[in-house]
Amino acid sequence: MSATASAVSAHRSRLGQSLGDRLFQGSTLFFALFVFIVLAAILVALALAAWPALSHFGWGFLTSSEWNPVTLNFGALSPIVGTLVTSLIAMLIGVPVSFGIALFITEMAPAWLKRPVGTAIELLAAIPSIIYGMWGLFIFAPFFADHIQPVMTDLFGGLPLIGPMFQGPPIGIGVFNAGFILAIMVIPFISSIMRDVFEVVPRTLKESAYAMGSTTWEVVWKVVLPYTKVGVVGGIMLGLGRALGETMAVTFVIGNAHGLNMSLFMPGNTISSTLANEFTEADAPLYTSSLIALGLLLFVITVIILSFARLLLMRLERSQGGEKA
Amino acid sequence: MTMNLYVRRRLLNYFNLTISVLVTLFGLFFLGWLLWTLFSEGARYLDWRVFTEITPGPGDANGGLANAIVGTLLLTFFGVLFGTPIGILAGTYLYEFGRRYWITPAVRFINDVLLSAPSIVLGVFVYEILVIKFGGFSGWAGAVALALIVIPIVVRTTDNMLALVPDTMREAAVALGAPRWKVTVSIVYRSASTGLVTGVILATAQIIGETAPLLFTSLGNQFWNTNMDKPMPALPLVIFNFAMSPYERWQHLAWAGALLITLTVLVMNILARAFLRGSKAD
Repeated sequence: MSATASAVSAHRSRLGQSLGDRLFQGSTLFFALFVFIVLAAILVALALAAWPALSHFGWGFLTSSEWNPVTLNFGALSPIVGTLVTSLIAMLIGVPVSFGIALFITEMAPAWLKRPVGTAIELLAAIPSIIYGMWGLFIFAPFFADHIQPVMTDLFGGLPLIGPMFQGPPIGIGVFNAGFILAIMVIPFISSIMRDVFEVVPRTLKESAYAMGSTTWEVVWKVVLPYTKVGVVGGIMLGLGRALGETMAVTFVIGNAHGLNMSLFMPGNTISSTLANEFTEADAPLYTSSLIALGLLLFVITVIILSFARLLLMRLERSQGGEKA
Repeated sequence: MTMNLYVRRRLLNYFNLTISVLVTLFGLFFLGWLLWTLFSEGARYLDWRVFTEITPGPGDANGGLANAIVGTLLLTFFGVLFGTPIGILAGTYLYEFGRRYWITPAVRFINDVLLSAPSIVLGVFVYEILVIKFGGFSGWAGAVALALIVIPIVVRTTDNMLALVPDTMREAAVALGAPRWKVTVSIVYRSASTGLVTGVILATAQIIGETAPLLFTSLGNQFWNTNMDKPMPALPLVIFNFAMSPYERWQHLAWAGALLITLTVLVMNILARAFLRGSKAD
């Protein structure tokens, strides 16, 4: 009897104590789920708003390069190609540079130099996108047109197949320039992940290779890189995700012209630059819906790429956790 | 023959290491070039008028950025105000309460995806759910779009910073009879406070310079406005509109604004790093 009573009172006091706990834990759980809800809500809201355009144009929306606000005929091919090409250029330049920076910081730099150089490179990521755009348009584009583009045209312009890609008017505004500036913008993201994964390579592994007489380059290329390849690919994908969605810098320097062009030195557009330029000007419902369909497309592509990147990086973390344990 | 191979390996090594130094200089060179451009183009126009006068009309030789600066402060303040509690509570779940549940890695995963999602899409999303439904462009819509950028940053840093608090501290507090919420708020948050504040500073620095999510939400406003129900001016929006204009004063103000915003963001980033390093050294 008394045992039951004390059990009841103990239970009651535990209940009283846990009310605060329940409220607190409940709200933390709610907001954790909120992160889920945000992602789902973005997909649903964009899909609903994009539906009029997608149902009107069907699959043709993806394959047509027509973009005519007057006749309300819209196809996404030009911005899709522009997005992919600028991001590809950014990766072709950004990945080797990031690798070199990560190599320098992890294997070559003296201890006192590691932090300042690492911080300076990471600060490149802190500079707002619009600043890259202004600098790219007013400072870099004229320099590029005068000094770099003629050299590239001389070097590659005469080649078969890819030659036409490197011919064009020296205006400095265009697809290549946008890709180049994107490369600088993704370098801090890719190089900092490469640095992090290079640092986790066990010392003994590297020292064994050095003891066998390997050069620094051989240690990095044949020991560090194979050991960290999953993480390196994850970092590259993360950078690619950033490059695909980057808006303001590209909007400033790409020239914002619809249509497909062989030359990388001609103005073009990307999904995000088209949105930034035209969204508030779109006066017809079908026009707005087509632009939102572009946004949905961009979001789906980046979510897939970023998910892939995260899966790779998580796999790496798990294998490390396993080795430590 | 073997000597030849040896020389070749060494040459390849030197060559690649030299390239690696060169590309590092390449990266640093662009940071220097960007900053130098901002100072040489913007410093001369960064005078008191920038802070006291509002954005001029086309062709006007006077005017400043006062309304845009106040707009950016308001938008950033509310963006951080909305985003921080959500981010901290969600991050708290991930490390404090949800460690053993399947939902935790899933939320972490989604959060990491949102962290790098294109910000312009967030602008389109807020346009769809707020601007269309609730009477047009407004400062509130802009602040919500910015909050969506703050949330994943704060979730990530909270999650990481709580992990630095040793479990023995939690156990000690629980053993003394403290309820879990009290353990979290007065023990865990307190010992992780430097890290949590750093996360908020980094999130603030991130949204101060954001342009894309504001284009279709707060829209911009050429007049003085502190009413969050109305379209709200912001520094990045003014820079975007003024930089490519044919008017001299507008271009000058765009450079002054660009310098102002970059300095603010860089100082906040460096402060956040110093802050974090200082606390780790203790």
